Amino acid sequence: MAKHLLKGNEAFAEAAIRAGCEGFFGYPITPSTEFLEHMAKRMPELGRAFVQAESEVAAINMVYGAACTGKRAMTASSSPGISLMMEGISYIAGTEVPAVIINVMRGGPGLGNIAPSQGDYFQMVKGGGHGDYFPIVLAPASVQEAIDQIGLAFDLADKYRSIVHVIADGNIGQMMEPAELPPMRELRKEPPDWAVTGARGRKPRFLSSIYIDPVDQEVTDIRLLRRWMEIEKHEVRYKEHFMKDAEIAVIGFGTAGRVASSAVNLAREEGIKVGLFRPITLAPFPKKEVETISRQVKRILVVEMNTGMMLEDITNIVQGRVPVEFYGRLGGVTPFPDEILDEIRRVRNNPSDNSKYAREEWLDRLENIIQGGG
Amino acid sequence: MLTKPADAELIYQRPESLSGVATHYCPGCTHGIAHRLVAEVLDEMGIREKTIGVAPVGCSVFAYKYFFSDYVEAAHGRAPAMATGIKRVLPDRTIYTYQGDGDLASIGMAEIMHAAARGENITVIFINNAIYGMTGGQMAPTTLPGMKTTSSPLGRDVELAGFPIRMAEILANMDGAGYIVRRSLHNPANIRKAKKAIRLAFETQERNLGFSMVELLSSCPTNWKLTPNEALKFVGEHMVPVFPLGDYKVIPEIADLKV
Repeated sequence: MAKHLLKGNEAFAEAAIRAGCEGFFGYPITPSTEFLEHMAKRMPELGRAFVQAESEVAAINMVYGAACTGKRAMTASSSPGISLMMEGISYIAGTEVPAVIINVMRGGPGLGNIAPSQGDYFQMVKGGGHGDYFPIVLAPASVQEAIDQIGLAFDLADKYRSIVHVIADGNIGQMMEPAELPPMRELRKEPPDWAVTGARGRKPRFLSSIYIDPVDQEVTDIRLLRRWMEIEKHEVRYKEHFMKDAEIAVIGFGTAGRVASSAVNLAREEGIKVGLFRPITLAPFPKKEVETISRQVKRILVVEMNTGMMLEDITNIVQGRVPVEFYGRLGGVTPFPDEILDEIRRVRNNPSDNSKYAREEWLDRLENIIQGGG
Repeated sequence: MLTKPADAELIYQRPESLSGVATHYCPGCTHGIAHRLVAEVLDEMGIREKTIGVAPVGCSVFAYKYFFSDYVEAAHGRAPAMATGIKRVLPDRTIYTYQGDGDLASIGMAEIMHAAARGENITVIFINNAIYGMTGGQMAPTTLPGMKTTSSPLGRDVELAGFPIRMAEILANMDGAGYIVRRSLHNPANIRKAKKAIRLAFETQERNLGFSMVELLSSCPTNWKLTPNEALKFVGEHMVPVFPLGDYKVIPEIADLKV
């Protein structure tokens, strides 16, 4: 199939359809709404379920119901909507049914704005809902990557009976770029052996997240943890760019990683030995790989579109082996490649002595940039 | 062990749609009656094996244990949304929710209203006992004016805590609803009427005639601090005047149906 100029959100929705999504339930919210609109048109055409729910709360509980039947079910939303869904997400996790959730992140907290952000890192990567569970989190940096990850998300969700979040941001949701959609997959004919479908000729099944005896809950949570440890072993994904001989490693995910990639290219032209490490799975996080990098390079620069959330995970892994510095724009502001290039130059020519935590040092520098109208 | 004499006719037994697990309900609670009525209807219609129930949060949180059919357990108030998700991907199955007044008329108000508005082909069994039973007797959206609960210890003061909500009347205004009635479980005559209503609600769903709900006035002797008998009397004397029994919306296809 040839490449076409595709709009992010529409392409993601079509990718979900081609991955065999049989139930979409959502609520309009910028900057993810085109996802819902595409589903509204396409799902009924194919005889599949589409409901515009009365709220994100209802939408995720519709996903929950549909997922209990073993059909591939999903929703797409943006930051404030995802906050509303957290109750249902926790129930889905506790019931161990697969579901795919797209978060086209925007600036926050609160109502915030509709511009691209990565401020939901903690909420998405660390769980977000109540209780002991671990979601899988994928972070695309382009329309094509998001298309590919949505198919992968359904496969991983089914394989591990897990929630899979795909966290894009407003840039990737709204941009148009050349991309290729996968062929239409065949729908699963037989429901999985745990699904509720009506107890025809078999013993009844029930699906719930209730374990009233704490011992049963403990056993369940340990089962979830062991499954998570399997996921950590097998499902880590990342991309590397010029990392082989790098003395400085830039680490960024999603759009921030993509902008950093352009900056790394420019820096290489200047002869700076810098590479990019871009986690694709934010959960499971590529811990071993970052640890290896911390033994290879002289310095790490973390770039994010938030206040330095992944930064905390990275400093945890690096354990002070090499200095870690940070550069971020936030609140819906996307950094330009030049900004990151400046940071790479600074890290090489005038590195911080790390007398303060990377976030504090960055904040001091950022204030000058913002005051300068940068 | 009792054996049935050869000439005896078996006239009463546990419906196949009940599992036989002893319930945790308090003595005198009418949940057991409501469960049995639903189970008898599923048996009579021969739909147990294609039915998926949706349990709520509240006293009937363990309903899935007591019914012998596929079941899921919803978050508090979200049963109609969960039922919607199931029904939309499995439209030939029978889906019903079983919800209490806190679940349906307070935290789940948006979900129930919109499920009805969309005309979801699901059935809702609504247990209205005017109180939060599971958490120990707090004021419910259906608590009567003046009624004492642990969170309205001086009696529900309508100036401060508002008025009871009449869900059957409200939902009957929804164009998507096909069958909306209120019945009571406080005596045998009303229990028989309640069973017929539950049958008609499921018949509505089987014919794809839209959203159906049976509101059942129920007793909670434990939290009302009454004996079971007094509690049943309370339903007849105090609840029925506030929540009048009757058919609030019955579409013609169902009104003409003989069951």
